[in-house]
Amino acid sequence: MSSYDVSAAAVKTPSVSIPVRRSLSTRWISLLTLFGLLAIWWAVTATGLIEPLFLPPPSAVLQKGWLLATSGYMDSTLWQHLGASLSRIGLGLVFAILTAVPVGIAIGANRIARGVLDPLIEFYRPIPPLAYLPLIVIWCGIGELSKVLLIYLAIFAPIAIATATGVRTVDPAKLRAAQSLGATRVQLIRHVILPSALPDILTGVRIGLGVGWSTLVAAELIAATSGLGFMVQSAAQFLVTDVVVLGILVIALIAFAMEMGLRALQRKLVPWHGQAH
Amino acid sequence: MALLQLERISAQYPGSQPVLADISLTLGPQQLLVALGPSGSGKTSLLNLIAGFVEPSAGRITLDGVPVKGPSAERGVVFQDDALLPWQDVLANVAFGLELAGVGRDKREQRAREMLALVDLAGFEDRRIWQLSGGQKQRVGLARALAADPRVLLMDEPFGALDAFTREQMQELLLQVWQRTAKPVFLITHDIEEAVFLATDLILLAPNPGQIVERLQLDFGQRYAAGESARAIKSDPRFIETREHVLSKVFSQRSAVPRQERA
Repeated sequence: MSSYDVSAAAVKTPSVSIPVRRSLSTRWISLLTLFGLLAIWWAVTATGLIEPLFLPPPSAVLQKGWLLATSGYMDSTLWQHLGASLSRIGLGLVFAILTAVPVGIAIGANRIARGVLDPLIEFYRPIPPLAYLPLIVIWCGIGELSKVLLIYLAIFAPIAIATATGVRTVDPAKLRAAQSLGATRVQLIRHVILPSALPDILTGVRIGLGVGWSTLVAAELIAATSGLGFMVQSAAQFLVTDVVVLGILVIALIAFAMEMGLRALQRKLVPWHGQAH
Repeated sequence: MALLQLERISAQYPGSQPVLADISLTLGPQQLLVALGPSGSGKTSLLNLIAGFVEPSAGRITLDGVPVKGPSAERGVVFQDDALLPWQDVLANVAFGLELAGVGRDKREQRAREMLALVDLAGFEDRRIWQLSGGQKQRVGLARALAADPRVLLMDEPFGALDAFTREQMQELLLQVWQRTAKPVFLITHDIEEAVFLATDLILLAPNPGQIVERLQLDFGQRYAAGESARAIKSDPRFIETREHVLSKVFSQRSAVPRQERA
């Protein structure tokens, strides 16, 4: 209805309506969509259309969120579950970056390293991490190590592959320029190859974090005694739907925050990316 | 007093026709040697050989009697597409060669500032590379090559991508810089007027395989460096005569050789 009104007004007074339509930026449209969803959620629960067992009202989820943050659920607060999940992915990420970037550079810059490492990575990369989780549990037990190892493996491949791609697509003219200024092989890697590949490395980290986060939560659903995935799973067993919904929302928020943070980091670290130079 | 010598150089990439055959030339102080030729005449290959990016299949390249082996800071290169590093600002780009050589920050930045002043870019130190115009980028490329204090300067169609106005400015700037630094310059181009204007020594290359078909000694660049205006030189009948002579040479080569040019 309202959209029809706007377009009708646009026909009558185009000079006024164009700036009005332009002022509604994409960000606002996205925000309005979110609020619309929330409103529908509130409406179907407030009118009793859907029972609270299946979908609790937003207010109940919020209240439960407060309760979880202060007194906790399943022996630990929301923060402890969140902390457990974040420390796992943080550890996995740090180790993955520390190892995958050198491996990626080796694959991209050295023929023998490519021959050895490329098939290994390409072999395990397409396997869903949850498929080899049971094997990791057999080898490393059900403790923190197996979860961090799983995340590490999930993040490692995207970063290594993205780094190798970045290294392979370094502008040969820049390499020659550095060589004609007297650069040694190590200096080439440090001053030309690594900065050239940085945009690709960050893209790899973004993809890796997305994969790692979903893998982590799924792993916690299966084998854990803490973490957001565990919280959701145990709440579902007792049909505590508001905790389930809350957990899902927190998981989504964290994923969103990581993506936005990395995009901001990419803008800050590689401002030349996408510039015609 | 650098002396670059090429003795009977040939070059061939595996599994293809020879690119260069039997090239001999010398480049010494006070010389600005221009290699002119159409696409496929091996100009860029010749420069890559001197820079050390590729090795000749036959012959010898020496700088002051020492054989050339691989790229080195003693042979500075200015590239056609600037090849600057966008993650560094202008000053850091110019100082890059000195940074690689382990020169301290203060010293190398002072030197970089001097070089930027030499190419008329004082005040651009903190600019990012993508904020520069094409001509400014080439000046930074020139300043970067000079900052490392090479013994010879190699230029790979440095003004090929610039518009006509900027190109003339850059040619004049190059002559001023060449005059002031007294470095031997080897420049390749496919622009006949540019070649005749800049060169003290002009070699004309013909393709299939790349070979020298004409050598000329010219003085128009020196006349510019001595203070004559570029317009006066370029409208001088002797300049026009020389340009037409070179042009006819290029065209006679074209008609003599069947068309099988490579880019």
